[in-house]
Amino acid sequence: MRRIHDFHGGIHPAEHKSDSMAQPIQPAGVPDVLVLPTGQHIGNSALPTVAPGQRVLGGEEIAEADGALSVPCHAPTSGTVLAVEDRPVPHPSGLSALCIVLQPDGRDEWAEPRPFANPMNADPLLLTQHIQQAGIAGMGGAGFPTAVKLSPRPGKPIQTLIINGTECEPYITADDSLMRERAAAVISGSLILAHVLGNPTVLLGIEDNKPEAIAALKDAATGSGVEIVVFPTKYPSGGEKQLIEILLGAQVPSGALPADIGVVCQNVGTAAAVHHAVVNGRPLVSRITTVTGEAVSRPGNYEVLLGTPIRHLLALAGYDASVNQRLVMGGPMMGFTVSDPDCPIIKTSNCLLLPTEAELPTPPPPQACIRCGLCAEACPASLLPQQLFWYSRGRDHERLEAHNLFDCIECGACAYVCPSHIPLVQYYRASKAEIIAQRQDAERAEHARQRFEARQERIERQAREKAERREARKRAAEAKATAATGDDKDSDPIQAAIERAQARKAALADAGSKD
Amino acid sequence: MALLRVTSPHAHGAQDTTQVMQSVLLATLPGVAVMTWFFGPGTLVNILFGSMVAVAMETVALALRRRPILRTLDDHSAVVTASLLCISLPPYSPWWLIVIGMGSAIWLAKHFYGGLGYNPFNPAMVGYVVLLISFPVQMTSWAPPRGTGAELPSFLEALRACFAPQTYDAVTMATALDVVKQNSGLTLEALWRESPQLGRWAGAGWEWVSLAFLAGGLWMLKKRLFTWHAPVGMLLSITLLSALFYDEGSSASKGSPLFHLLGGATLFGAFFIITDPVSSAVSNRGRLVYGALIGALVYIIRVAGNYPDAVAFAVLIMNFAAPFIDHYTQPRTYGHRVRPPT
Repeated sequence: MRRIHDFHGGIHPAEHKSDSMAQPIQPAGVPDVLVLPTGQHIGNSALPTVAPGQRVLGGEEIAEADGALSVPCHAPTSGTVLAVEDRPVPHPSGLSALCIVLQPDGRDEWAEPRPFANPMNADPLLLTQHIQQAGIAGMGGAGFPTAVKLSPRPGKPIQTLIINGTECEPYITADDSLMRERAAAVISGSLILAHVLGNPTVLLGIEDNKPEAIAALKDAATGSGVEIVVFPTKYPSGGEKQLIEILLGAQVPSGALPADIGVVCQNVGTAAAVHHAVVNGRPLVSRITTVTGEAVSRPGNYEVLLGTPIRHLLALAGYDASVNQRLVMGGPMMGFTVSDPDCPIIKTSNCLLLPTEAELPTPPPPQACIRCGLCAEACPASLLPQQLFWYSRGRDHERLEAHNLFDCIECGACAYVCPSHIPLVQYYRASKAEIIAQRQDAERAEHARQRFEARQERIERQAREKAERREARKRAAEAKATAATGDDKDSDPIQAAIERAQARKAALADAGSKD
Repeated sequence: MALLRVTSPHAHGAQDTTQVMQSVLLATLPGVAVMTWFFGPGTLVNILFGSMVAVAMETVALALRRRPILRTLDDHSAVVTASLLCISLPPYSPWWLIVIGMGSAIWLAKHFYGGLGYNPFNPAMVGYVVLLISFPVQMTSWAPPRGTGAELPSFLEALRACFAPQTYDAVTMATALDVVKQNSGLTLEALWRESPQLGRWAGAGWEWVSLAFLAGGLWMLKKRLFTWHAPVGMLLSITLLSALFYDEGSSASKGSPLFHLLGGATLFGAFFIITDPVSSAVSNRGRLVYGALIGALVYIIRVAGNYPDAVAFAVLIMNFAAPFIDHYTQPRTYGHRVRPPT
C-alpha cells in the first residue's frame, strides 16, 4: 500500500455529486449549429484553414496549430462552414473571440480515421506529434496543450506520471462517469502517455468518494502496471500541486514546474482522449460535460460535441430559466459565470452549474475582517490570506509579493470559510493583475530607457566622430600648409615676384637712362 | 431572472461573523450563571446595562463615521465587548463606571482605530485597564461569594447598587489573589485554613466560575471558533512558571499551579480574551507564542506587580507585540524552502 500524504488546509464542502450520477453518460446529439473557438486551450489560438461555404467532414482539421504551444481544431461532424468570425466564447472576461461556425448537415460523414499503428513500440516524438495533431489539451479545466508536457526536457527525466482522477470540486462528475464507464480507455491512454514519457511509475489518484469508479479502474488496470491510489476526499486535492504532495509527499518548488521534480500530471479525460486519438485515430471533437444544479430537472453527464451551444445542453437537461440565478461554467469553487447561453462547450468545459438562489445564495455585503484565521487554516498553499487581503486593499505590492501572493492557486477555500463573506480571491486576482501590469510597465520603461541610452550614446559617438574627423582634417590642412611653407623657403613666390618687379624696374630705368 | 456575474468561489461555508459572535455570547452563559450563583445578580445587571450602553455608543460612532448602522450592529460585536468587560468588572459596579468603561472600549479602543477588525488592542481589556487605573477602589471591590457568611443582594438591590450607588452599602472582601499576594508569614496550608475566601483551590466561588468559563471555552474550541494554540500556550506557560516557583507551599510560595490556573481571570482570559482574533497574532504558531508570552506576563505581574490580577495588562502588552510575532512566525508557503523575508 502506497503511503498517502496530507496537504495543509483544505475544506469539505457539500458534494452534491449524486445529483448528476443517476444516469449513465447520454449523447447530447448534434445541435443546429456548432461554434468552435480557435482558442480552446492555453497558448496561441489555432489558425483557421477553412473558408465560409466550404464543406468539411467529421474529424477534418479546420484550424491548424500556431507553433508548439498550440493545438489544432477539428470538425466534430460533417457540415458547411457558415462563418469565421468573432463570437462570444466562454471566458471569465465575457469577451468574444475568433470562432469557426459550422452548420452540421446531419449525415455525420467522417474523414478516414488515422490510428497510430503499434503505438507501444513507436518513437515517442512521433506519438507526441500525433497527440498534438489530434488537438488534445488538458481536459481537467486548464487546457494546457498535452504535447508540450510530453516533450522531453534535457536532463530532466520523468520518474512519475500522475493521472488525475480526483475531481475534487463539488457537483462535477464528468471524470467520475468517464472512469466508471470507460475505465479501459483511461488505462490505455495512461499507458500510451507513460510510453511517451519513457515508462515512469504511473499513479492514478482518485478520491475515496467514487467507489464505483475505483472498482472499475482497478478492474481495468489489473496487470497493466498502473497503480490506482485512493485517498480521503478533501478540496482541493485535485489541484496539481496538492495531488503531487498527496501521492509523493513532495512539493513543487515555487515558480517551478512538476517536471522539475520528475513529475507529469494528466487528467483522466486527457488520457481517454489520447487513447481515442492513438488507438482509434479520432481527433478530440467531443467531451463529457456535467449539467447540474437545481435549475435543471434532468441533471446528468452528457457526451457533447465541442462547439455545442450551452443553450442546446440546457434544453436537454430541462432548464428552468425563471429560477436560475447564475450560469457557472466549471464548479462552484473555481468556475466562472457566463452571461450568454449561446457560448459553446469547449475542450475545457467539464461542468455547467445552474443553481437556484436558495442553492447558492447571492453573496451578502462583506462584513469586517476579524482576522479569525479560518482562511489561513483552509489555505492549501499555507499562505496567510487575511494578511494578503490587508495588503491587497492597501495596494502594498511589495508585501504582497513577500507574502507569496503568486503562490495562490485561487482555489477559493479561503473565501469559502470566511465568516465575513469577503470575496478574498477577487482581491488576489485584482492584485496579481495589478502587479503583472506594473511589472510589464517597468519592463517597458526599462526597455525604453535602454533604447534611449543607446540612442544617446550613438548620437554622442557620431558627434564625437564628426568632431574627430573635423579635427583630423584641420590638422591635415595645417600640416600641409606648414609643409608647403617649409619646402619653398628659398623660393617664396611673393619674394620672387618682388624681385622680378624690381629687376623689371631696374631694367626699365636702365632703358630710360639710355634714352 | 437576470443572470448574476460574480467571480468564484460561488459556494460558501455555513459560518458567518454574526453567528461567531452569538456563539461567543452563548459560551459565556455557564460562567455568568455560576457568577450569579456565587455573587448574586450584580454581574447580570452589569451585562444588561453595559450591553445597552455599548450598543448605543456603537450606534453613535457608526452614525458619526457614516457607516451602515443596522448591518454593522448586526455583527453583535458591541454586545460581545460589553459582556466580556462586564464579566471582568466587580459585581454591583455603579452605572458611571460601566459607562466610562464602555466609552473606552467602544470609542477609544475600537472606533477611533476604524471599527471592528482594525483595533490593535482588545477593546474590553482597554476599557478594563482605563477603569482599573482611574478608579482602583471601585475596581477592586469584589463582593463576598456565597458561603462566606454574607448574604447575597437581591436583584432590586443590584439595580440600586448600579443606578443609585450612593444609597447602596457595598460589602466587599479581598480576593484570593490578594490574600496570597499579601501573605508573608504563613505556609500556604496554614493560609488556606485561616482564610475562608480561599475556597478549596483558588478562591471560594472563583474556582467554580473559572471551571464554568473553561466549559464554555472548550465548547467554542469544539465548534472551531478558534484554534487551541493561544489558550494552550497561555495555560502551559502559567503552569510551568507557577510550578517552578511553587516552593512546596512555603510562606514564600507564590501559589500552586492549580491556584494560578483556577484563580483570577486565567481561564476566562485564556478562552474569551486572548482568543480575540483581531488583536492577536495571526498564524497558529504565532498564536502559540502569543499565548505563552501572555501566560508568562500574567504570572510575572501577579507575583511581582502592583496589581493583584494581570490578564488585562498582559493582553494589552502582547497586543503591542502581535505584529512583531507575526513577522517571525509566518508559515512556510507551499513550494518554498524557507520563510520569506518580510
